[in-house]
Amino acid sequence: ILLFRTLGTTSSPAFSERSSLVGGVLDGVLSAFRSICGEDGVSLGEAVREQHGKDESVHRCCPPDVVLFPRCVEEVSALAKICSRHRLPIIPFGTGTGLEGGVSAVKGGVCFSLRNMDQVLDLHQEDFDVTVEPGVTRKALNAYLRGTGLWFPVDPGADASLCGMAATSASGTNAVRYGTMRENVLNLEVVLADGSVVHTAGMGRRPRKTAAGYNLTNLFVGSEGTLGIITKTTLRLYGIPEATVSAVCSFPSVQAAVDSTVQILQAGVPVARIEFLDDVMMDACNRFSSLSYAVTPTLFLEFHGSEGSLEEQVNTAEDITQSNSGSGFQWAKDAETRERLWKARHDAWYASLALRPGCKAYATDVCVPLSHLPQILVETKEDLIENRLTGPIVGHVGDGNFHCLMVVDPGDPEELHRVHLFVERLARRALAMDGTCTGEHGVGLGKRALLCEEMGPVAVQLMQRLKDAFDPRNLMNPGKILLPREL
Amino acid sequence: MSGRVLVGVKRVIDYAVKIRVKPDNSGVVTDGVKHSMNPFCEIAVEEAVKMKEKKLIKEVVAVSCGPQQAQETIRTALAMGADRGIHVEVTGKDYDMLGPLQVSKIMAALAKKEDAQLIILGKQAIDGDCNQTGQMTAALLDWPQGTFASEVSLEGDTVKVVREIDGGLETIKINTPAVLTADLRLNTPRYATLPNIMKAKKKKIAKVKPADLGLDMTSRLEVLRVDEPPQRLAGVKVETVDDLVAKLKETGRL
Repeated sequence: ILLFRTLGTTSSPAFSERSSLVGGVLDGVLSAFRSICGEDGVSLGEAVREQHGKDESVHRCCPPDVVLFPRCVEEVSALAKICSRHRLPIIPFGTGTGLEGGVSAVKGGVCFSLRNMDQVLDLHQEDFDVTVEPGVTRKALNAYLRGTGLWFPVDPGADASLCGMAATSASGTNAVRYGTMRENVLNLEVVLADGSVVHTAGMGRRPRKTAAGYNLTNLFVGSEGTLGIITKTTLRLYGIPEATVSAVCSFPSVQAAVDSTVQILQAGVPVARIEFLDDVMMDACNRFSSLSYAVTPTLFLEFHGSEGSLEEQVNTAEDITQSNSGSGFQWAKDAETRERLWKARHDAWYASLALRPGCKAYATDVCVPLSHLPQILVETKEDLIENRLTGPIVGHVGDGNFHCLMVVDPGDPEELHRVHLFVERLARRALAMDGTCTGEHGVGLGKRALLCEEMGPVAVQLMQRLKDAFDPRNLMNPGKILLPREL
Repeated sequence: MSGRVLVGVKRVIDYAVKIRVKPDNSGVVTDGVKHSMNPFCEIAVEEAVKMKEKKLIKEVVAVSCGPQQAQETIRTALAMGADRGIHVEVTGKDYDMLGPLQVSKIMAALAKKEDAQLIILGKQAIDGDCNQTGQMTAALLDWPQGTFASEVSLEGDTVKVVREIDGGLETIKINTPAVLTADLRLNTPRYATLPNIMKAKKKKIAKVKPADLGLDMTSRLEVLRVDEPPQRLAGVKVETVDDLVAKLKETGRL
């Protein structure tokens, strides 16, 4: 995995690291760029380029050679045509909140920062759909919708660009009830590498379901900028829940917590969030937030519904947890108490970092069928202890997806190496249990080799052929998802 | 005590919209621009609804002054839990020049008519930024006022108000009936849910004109012009500390 070679590097690469071919061509095209998106729309500033060459992952910054700020899809298309003509790499940029180095300009090139395209277009309240531009983040959309009784529930934590979330097939704590981006994108407007503009479900179309032709929409969802630049996304909206109840329950073992989860789902309880924190994480949270939870596997639950249905949901869930030796079941309905109950879960990232001040954290991300979750968690925790690693665990247990928040000293190459090996073992463990090497964060730079193991050569070949069909010159975000053929 | 609370809600340009000044500098562009309830009014509604849920008061009446669209803002308050609405119809030039003095006259008249125990307003509107309506209303009624409230507790015939002031927090106790104005930290307003929006459609909004209340909406103010804030100029980079000092002297700052 590339990332751990990079975690130890503290300096950002020099301007000269880009390919000289790109450098020579660039000066010729700058005036063409400026004539399309204006003087203010083209930036060569070092700080701006650095800002657009990194995300929230531990991958080092790879700044592009220039950053463009187009204002509309016509400008994106015209700019892409120029890049295509001059064989310049194109890297789309939303909010830079990705976790797998997806915006690193590994071959230099042109970053398309889409933040100025920030309009909410076409809201259809009775149809429960809305179309947004890439500069609209999920919190901005939900603020816009606040008077309508509707919301967009996919919540990956960060206040990410919705088109960026489509590009990475983002998910979040709510997925167990509301699904991931894959289930909630109805249509996309995409600019391809040659500048042509495609509407993946047809222009302006937004039926709730369709059987028309190849599913182009979901081909682009999760393509991480390697097939085109997403300039509009049409999203499925939901009604804001009438009421919300949060609950917490402690368990004597990982198995008991997972068994409870499975049974709650089997009982048909439409639980909205069901999060697992292991004992190490609970200890970290107790210390960080001065709480006094039992230091043992714990489930954090959230239920959405009408007043009546909530009571039934909570009672059923409580009964199930009790039959699995759960203890300390607490629940709350008013906003302040719910906040307090869930504080441990909300602060998990910071609580983990606080375990070892001065260290950095990297979140692993694997997903397995639910029935394998206890086994993989037990084996992973044993691995952590055996290799003296700090990795509190938080999991979207209703999806079989969990993250070890690896807290590591960036100045200790030996520890970095141990983490690197651990992460590889973890991914392979998940693959061996019919799972995936990435539940939510994407492949990006660091998991390309694992993708090959996961998919097998025939599927990877097919992906490569698709990539060649959409982007024969390999200009769209090179170096991501698929390993270069030369290797 | 009647147990009735009046809440004023103002329709303003949505806080997330980029404001543009009209080319003739007579005002800001409002046509086709997203409008919503003033954020401080949302906080006021939330506080009143919370009081009703705790059974401290009996009825929440939402009031808005303006043209027909003001009813949308009242509907939002109803969806948040207000019981009924009063739309005071003000249009044309009167609406363009509608300000704290006129609104406070309206609120005072309605408070008497509705036998209100409390009036809760937002501390200011995000368009006018006047921060005057609550205070003027209290003065016209000769009622006590608890402004910039970050915490409110009803205790029988009195209200304890924690106010946000420059030096920190001030706690006062005032008698009801009283006027309160809501500050940012008073509460977090709820989002209206679809079922509540549906229910709100059935709640009543009464329509009145200022003349019905015996009020004159004439404004004593005239807007001369509206300008955008000056554009931020690019900075200048200098090479050495000496250059910096020279530049500061040059521009009269040293």
